[in-house]
Amino acid sequence: MTGNRFVTQAFGEYTLAGFANCSAKNVKTARPVNLDLFSIKWPVTALVSIAHRISGVLLFLAMPLLLYLFELSLSSEAGFRRAGAMLASPMPRLVGWLLAVALLYHLIAGCRHLLMDMGFGETWRAGKAGAQAVIAISVLGAILAGMLLW
Amino acid sequence: MVTNATSLGRSGLFDWLVQRFSALVLLAWIAWVSIGVIAAAEFGYPQWRALFAAVPMQIFSLIAVLSLCAHAWVGVWTVTTDYLNEAHLGKAGTAIRLLTQIACLLLTLSCLIWGARIFWGSG
Ligand code: HEM
Ligand code: HEM
Repeated sequence: MTGNRFVTQAFGEYTLAGFANCSAKNVKTARPVNLDLFSIKWPVTALVSIAHRISGVLLFLAMPLLLYLFELSLSSEAGFRRAGAMLASPMPRLVGWLLAVALLYHLIAGCRHLLMDMGFGETWRAGKAGAQAVIAISVLGAILAGMLLW
Repeated sequence: MVTNATSLGRSGLFDWLVQRFSALVLLAWIAWVSIGVIAAAEFGYPQWRALFAAVPMQIFSLIAVLSLCAHAWVGVWTVTTDYLNEAHLGKAGTAIRLLTQIACLLLTLSCLIWGARIFWGSG
């Protein structure tokens, strides 16, 4: 069910038929399957959707790191400064920025997702405008986060 | 109704609701912490610690950790079910998916317990 919404949100109803051969379970084995990934079009709505998924997985993998930073920074004055100092060296700072951007993006695209779940902006035009807005806000946020970190 | 032994509530609608509700809790918690940091006149360890010290905030944080883990589990379950299957990976698909899901579940549960330890008793 979640999967079908994912496809609908990404591509709109009109391409769903094209994904009918995605679901292999109830399909006769002889049916052709589109195996050429590069023949699939990636409208902006699809990019926003798949990026939400990728950022979600990234954040999942980063959970231990985030918890570690919370633990360290809350443990003591020295720990707080160590966590801050860690973010001062180039590589960890880059990782920190990437995670901040992933979270920000996931959150903004997630809000769009929730709004669409409630029935707002489900037309193709509104969906496209929303996706573009998500990208615009995220780029601004990424720049702002970069300015705060560097 | 289609049920699946590894999904959180054995029902797609339940999992769907869990993911929405937990998303809202996380959004509120992140907003609250961000506002607390931004609004502080000067920001250092005392202010950071005070932010998480009050008992209502400890409860809020614990609910946020619980939401994080429920959200993460439902999310990772969805992604692994979409890609790590026999249709994509052939015969070994189911075994690969179940092993990956076990690893993800262990990570999620560890984070749940660890997160509870961090925020509960941060007074
Ligand atoms: C833009 C690219 C694609 C997207 C967004 C996408 C998305 C999805 C989603 C969300 C599902 C789960 C559907 C559900 O259970 O409701 C799915 C299933 C599946 N996909 Fe795709 N897919 C894409 C490309 C492909 C390609 C190129 C292939 C073929 C190599 C493929 C093969 C499959 C198969 C076989 C399933 C069925 C899994 C099952 O139900 O057991 N997909 N896809
Ligand atoms: C660190 C915290 C978070 C982690 C680890 C996380 C992880 C994930 C993962 C792995 C998914 C599955 C992606 C997919 O099915 O395509 C997901 C979906 C989702 N996330 Fe998050 N997330 C986090 C925070 C948030 C926040 C703060 C929001 C608030 C807006 C949010 C909103 C959503 C929504 C609405 C979905 C459902 C998307 C769908 O059904 O396709 N998430 N999340």
